[in-house]
This record gives sequence, structure tokens and C-alpha cells, in this order.
Amino acid sequence: MADKLEFRRAIRDALDEELARDDRVVFFGEDVAKPGGVFAATPGLYDAHGEARVFDTPISELAITGAAFGAAVCGLRPVIEIMFADFLPLAMDGMVNQAAKYWYLSNEQAPAPIVVRSAFGAGGRFGAIHSQSPVAWFQNVPGLKIVAPSTPADAKALLKAAIRDDNPVLFLEHKRLYSLKRDAGEHGGEEVATIGEARVVRSGADLTVATVAASVHHALAAAETLAADGIELEVVDLRTLRPLDVPAVVASVTKTNRLLVLEEGPLTGGWAGELVARVGEEALGELDDVWRLATDDLPTPYSPPLEDDFLPGVEAIVAAVRARLGARVA
Amino acid sequence: MARASEAPAASELSGPAQHGLELYRRMLVVRRFEEAVQALFQRGEVHGTTHLYIGEEAGAIGVCDVLDERDKVAGTYRGHGHSLGAGVDPQALLDEMLGRETGVCGGRAGSMNVIDQAHGLIGSFGIIGGSISAATGAALALQRQGRGGVAVAFFGEGTTNHGYFHECLNFAAVLRLPVVFVCENNRYGEFTPFEDVTAGDIAARPQALGLPTETVDGMDVWAVREAAAAAVARARDGEGPQFIQSMTYRFVGHSRSDPAKYRKPGELEEWKARDPLKVARERLAEAFGVSGDVVDGVDAAVAEQFERIVAQSLAAPYPTPERDGAREFAPSTS
Ligand SMILES: Cc1ncc(C[n+]2csc(CCOP(=O)(O)OP(=O)(O)O)c2C)c(N)n1
Repeated sequence: MADKLEFRRAIRDALDEELARDDRVVFFGEDVAKPGGVFAATPGLYDAHGEARVFDTPISELAITGAAFGAAVCGLRPVIEIMFADFLPLAMDGMVNQAAKYWYLSNEQAPAPIVVRSAFGAGGRFGAIHSQSPVAWFQNVPGLKIVAPSTPADAKALLKAAIRDDNPVLFLEHKRLYSLKRDAGEHGGEEVATIGEARVVRSGADLTVATVAASVHHALAAAETLAADGIELEVVDLRTLRPLDVPAVVASVTKTNRLLVLEEGPLTGGWAGELVARVGEEALGELDDVWRLATDDLPTPYSPPLEDDFLPGVEAIVAAVRARLGARVA
Repeated sequence: MARASEAPAASELSGPAQHGLELYRRMLVVRRFEEAVQALFQRGEVHGTTHLYIGEEAGAIGVCDVLDERDKVAGTYRGHGHSLGAGVDPQALLDEMLGRETGVCGGRAGSMNVIDQAHGLIGSFGIIGGSISAATGAALALQRQGRGGVAVAFFGEGTTNHGYFHECLNFAAVLRLPVVFVCENNRYGEFTPFEDVTAGDIAARPQALGLPTETVDGMDVWAVREAAAAAVARARDGEGPQFIQSMTYRFVGHSRSDPAKYRKPGELEEWKARDPLKVARERLAEAFGVSGDVVDGVDAAVAEQFERIVAQSLAAPYPTPERDGAREFAPSTS
């Protein structure tokens, strides 16, 4: 049955089911309970599970995250919302210095199972401080997992996996995906995903494009255009950015011999560089070409023509691929 | 001194009556500006999101009226009133909202992030508490520069639960910084009533740190102005940070997507009866003998001004990446 599931509904349902399944799960954040979230991703949870499990907090990111950590090491499994990923720097200490280190420092006495949900991404004309991708800020924090789904089915299965995971997980929801509706059973409709597994979402022989979240859709759209030119893209949805599923990308590259890593974020120091390095280390012999497409090293502009030009969207992908290998693929 | 542009002189007036009419006019400019933004948003000309200041105009206009060229203002994402109060040109501000090259930040910033150094607006801060820390630092600079400048931070009551608030108030108090913290209490942080997430009394917080604190009627521009005049004078005189809580209400949703269903029944109507423009009109008549006709004349002039501004904004060019010419780093000058 092709029941349609909206991305925001998938988030809500995953939370709803996990709150029902495990009474250690609690969910809190700014405007998430009674109002149901500023992106309308969490309506009804407060009514269904009550004030003790789902509650609104003051505007206090340091307290929200630090308290989530403290509760996690004492037996709760907190899911928190940091409304916009741009606010994560204010939550960073609880994630980076407290939660991500606890398992190691305690000599594995106890894990710190928190999930930090946060909306990220550009393209909505929200300007420089409501559009960023925070992945690179967190990419080199050992002990932290980073997940970023691209479809409603994946959002649900990955959020459920994140809540069941015993480690701190940064769960990133691209703002431009909240209204996306797709088959609830897409990709086999697995109930709980495995964090750290990528997925090939389009097969092709000429070039592997590895990316996540909204960029997966841009890559798929570009692939259709390029197919008309006779260039077949293989699109790998990474789904998890830490740990990276390097074997999946290597397997794809072994077939295509070319890799483009597409990142919605500044080029320098981005996660794309890490993936390129890993694939280079493990499969240099398979690579005829490898490069990254990301944004300039600048903040996200507000003005529509500037933002459109800034982001590596469908047109930019098509142009970059044509320029790079148009002549080489016959 | 007045920081906004010249009043259309109702030539027979002078002194407090003329000044009062000018305060009214500046509040009206903010109101009409916000209405223009709202209308242009609906037409798809303003993008992303906006947070309007409708109902709260007396705050920024009353406070900024007592500032001068030495002073600095830090506003918020609900910052069009703070910007206009500081003296930002409404044309350049509206052009920014429309993402045009002629905008005060060249279209790079948009509604939530406006900066206008030329008018003492060090920024509009999209991060909660950002205005508080920026003004605290501005006050540090002003104190060290020794020319008597004062910094003002605007922020909402919800922000008093943020780490920035607690850290900066203490920091400013310890350093006796010339900063006036203006908490605009409009009762809601986004969709949540402040009493649901705030322990105790907001005014008790700065008081506990020894800051002179006054709670004022934020719908009465004269009341706000009077409190601001006293606070700014004390800060200028080296008496350290000051705190004003201005009780107000926003007549529109938190941001453009908010239908404001959380309001208590009758609350909006109650506050609208105390619309700062209405309050000012009545005061002008009763206390200053300014006739309704004179005020109507101001209304007509501002309406006409906005017709021109909107038309000019819509005709303004968009930036191109080439002309924008963004550079990652500032070329060092020292
Ligand atoms: C650090 C941070 N956390 C959360 C937000 C999202 N946010 C924007 S406005 C707002 C409510 C602020 O309420 P208040 O301080 O009362 O000011 P008001 O909007 O009512 O003027 C919130 C939570 C933000 N911009 N920055």
C-alpha cells in the first residue's frame, strides 16, 4: 500500500511510538509541547504522553542540553529540540564536552543516550543565522553520531534508531524537507534503521554522487537531466554523517570510478573533505576523478538571487558534472 | 536629540506639543513600515520570515528619542522598530527586506540581521540574547573611549531565561558599564506564555544584581521616554548598567506563520484598546491641545511617504553575485 507520509509527520510518529514504547524517553525543548513545535513537527505528543514526558522549556539552550546530558547518565533517554541548527553553538558544551565524552571518561560505566533534534539547511531565505549546516562543527567529535535523513520513511526509521541508540546523536532535519510527502514504505519501509548505513538511491555507471538530506533530491533531479546527455549518476544517500559509511561509497566508486561529494555548506573544513580523504585512502586505485561541490566560504545570503547562486542546487550539479566529465563519457 | 528624519512641521506647534507630535509620527512610521512588510510578504516580495513590532512601537521610539550620536543600539530579529528608532532610513530598510541591492546591507542580511553602523545600530540579532551581549560589549568600548556614549539592548521577556542575559547583566554590573537593558515584555516568547517558563518576577532579577530597575507602561511613549531619559542619564554619569521593563503586547503573530491561537480570550482586544498610537493621539489632544486635524495631517503625510517608499523599493534592482562581490575576509588596515 502506497500510504503517503509527510516528513514532519514521520518525526512526530517516531517520537510518539518511542515515547509509548519506552517510559525512559522524555522529549523537551522550546515551544515543542503545547504549541507542537515551530515547524509543526511535534503536535499532539504533549496531549498523548503528558507533561511529565513532553514539556516546553525556557529559552535556555545551555540548560536544555546540559540537563539532557545529566538526565541521560541517570537513566532517562532525553530527546531534545534545538529549534534551528544555528543555535547549536549555544548547546555545544553539553553535547561536545559532556555527553560525547562520558562513555569514554567513565571507563564505560554508563552511556549518555541523548538525541538532539535540530532543523538545518538553507534555501528558505532565512538568512545567515537561520540557514546553516552544522555538520562540520560536530564532525570531529568522537562519541557523537550525526544523522540526516532525506525521506519521510527514513526520518521515522532513523529517528527511532537514534532514540534507541545508547550514544548521543545529533539528528538533523532539513527545513526544506518537512513538507515532503512520500510512500511510508519507501525502501522496504524498515521499522528501525541502522545508523551508519548509506543507501544507493539511484544506480548509474558513470559517476557516484554522495550526499545527504535535501541534497539527495537535488542530485536525483540532476541525474535525470544528465541521463539525457548520456551521463548516468549513481546517487548514494549517506543518511549518517558520523560514522560515515565509507565501504558503501567505495563499493559504488569501484563501479563508477568517479566520485562527487555534494555538501550544502562551506567547502573548507566540510564533511565532504573527510569523505574524499577516506575514499582516497581506501580506494585510490579505483578513482579516475574525485571532487567536491559545496558553497563558497561565506555566510548564507538572504537575497533570493544571491542565495540561489550560493547553494549547490540542481543546475550547479548539472553544470559541474558536464564541465568535469562531459567530454570523457561517450 | 531626535534620530529619525524631519517631521512634516505642523507649523503652529512648538515645544512639548511639537515634540509629542513627532513621537507620534515616528511610531506611525514604524507601524506603516510593518504593515508594508506584511503586505509585501503576502505578495512574495519579502522572503523567509519576519517578526513584526506592531503594537510595541512606543518602546523603540520612546527609548531612542533620548539617545544621541555617541550612543549604540542593539536590536533583535523583531528589529524593524529598533532600526527605525535608531534612525535607519526606511527606504534602505525596506529595500533590505525585499532583498534589493540598495538595502542597508545590500540584501545580504534580510529582516532578522540588519546592521547600520552609520546610525549607531550595531545590529539586529537573530540569536536570543545576542543583543544583550553586543550592547554589553558596545558599552565596554564606549566606557573605554570616554566620550559619554551609552549602549542600549532591546530584547523580549523570554530572553531573560537565557544564559546571555544572566551572564551579561552580572558582567556589566561588575564593570559598571554604561548600558541600558530594555526588556520589552510582550507576554509571549513565540507561542509560550512567559509565566509558563519563567520563575519569579523578571524585575527582581536585575534588582538582585543591583541594577536600578523600572517597569513602565510600554504603550505610552511618554512613559517609556521618561524612564529611558533617567536611565540613560545615570548610565552616562557612570552609574553603571540600568534596566527597564516595558510592558507591551504584539498585535500580530510571533512571526509570519503564527496565527497566535495561544492568546487568552479578550487579551488582544484589551491591549488594542491601549494601542500606542491611540494613546498618543488622545494624549496629544488632552495634554497638548493638538487637534485631530493636525494629527490626521501627519497620518496623510506618512501614508503618502510610504506609497513612495514601497514603489521605490519594488523598482530597486536585485544584487547579482558579481556586483555583490563578497570577500571572505576584511582586508586588514592596521
Ligand atoms: C538562541 C535562540 N534560541 C531560540 C531562538 C528562537 N526564538 C526566536 S524568537 C523566540 C522567542 C523570544 O521571545 P522574547 O524574548 O519574549 O521576545 P519576543 O519575540 O516576544 O519579542 C525564540 C525562542 C533564537 N532565535 N535564538
